[in-house]
Amino acid sequence: MEESKGKEDPRIARISSSIRIIPDFPKPGIMFQDITTLLLDPKAFKDTIDLFVERYKDKKISVVAGIEARGFIFGPPIALAIGAKFVPMRKPRKLPGKVISEEYSLEYGTDKIEMHVGAVQEGERALVVDDLIATGGTLCAAIRLLERVGVTVVECACVIELEELKGREKLSDKPLFVLVSST
Amino acid sequence: MSAPKVGEDPRIRDIMSRIRVVPDFPKPGIMFQDITTVLLDPKAFKDAINLFVERYKGRNISVVAGIEARGFIFGPPIALAIGAKFVPLRKPGKLPGEVISEDYELEYGKDCLQMHVGAVESKERALVVDDLIATGGTLCAAMNLLERAGAEVVECACLIELPDLKGRERLKGKPLYVLLEAH
Repeated sequence: MEESKGKEDPRIARISSSIRIIPDFPKPGIMFQDITTLLLDPKAFKDTIDLFVERYKDKKISVVAGIEARGFIFGPPIALAIGAKFVPMRKPRKLPGKVISEEYSLEYGTDKIEMHVGAVQEGERALVVDDLIATGGTLCAAIRLLERVGVTVVECACVIELEELKGREKLSDKPLFVLVSST
Repeated sequence: MSAPKVGEDPRIRDIMSRIRVVPDFPKPGIMFQDITTVLLDPKAFKDAINLFVERYKGRNISVVAGIEARGFIFGPPIALAIGAKFVPLRKPGKLPGEVISEDYELEYGKDCLQMHVGAVESKERALVVDDLIATGGTLCAAMNLLERAGAEVVECACLIELPDLKGRERLKGKPLYVLLEAH
């Protein structure tokens, strides 16, 4: 069931109801939160971006980092609206230039996330964006990558949080802002 | 070497200067056109989006389809600005709901592009967006997907064209608009 955060901005109900749940994807037992249906509703999509932009526009954020691939959909419009650069964070071997990598744990095995060397400068203030936070593993790796080069991660921003997977705890001291919580 | 097209808007030269060429990626002999450096310059990124928005606003385009993954960076800001829906076109196994698939030829072997059933309705007017057109294989597959769902592809839009690869000829007579060419 979708549940919006308390004391709702009136735009959130429409955003929440535009998200489609797909049972048993990518594997049995998982109720997948599909944001592609949100993107089919221009008003809901615009409202989603506006809610993030209103929160971040006066926070002197110079970097919006988006996690491949659905973070590429939400990150750039936010970056453009607040005058920040957009930095794609990608799976291995996708970025053509010299990269730094951060490994992180999966349920079975590990994965890696990469960023171009020189994309960000020490002292910059960054936002990390993805469509959804589950266990927090990928977001955590993204934060570590940015912090390794001296960037301050101001906040992580996602459209959806899967509360029972406790990703928020994995981010420890880093604030997380989400529009919709799913239980 | 990149060149703007004849009669160019002055913003294009600035965008062009931000593109980084990475030799021998993904394999020896290829001069890869890296647009991530454009995204690091908020003005250049904004100008690129504005050039497309100025062209497509007011033309009754209700769908912007973006090709995974770099089409996800440019497509959504255009869609938001012109009030269209954004439809991600993805590699197999990524979209969670029911899909239609289009196979296409690679230099060696085949690949496949997918779109959600129901994303697009009959007679909608669509734009297809990617960062670059090379051989045109992927763009052609994208156009086929949209046309099979009953949409009319108005134009394909890319930042960069590699004219030596003649991708423009594979677009079944549909127009292509690009900001610059690279040789």
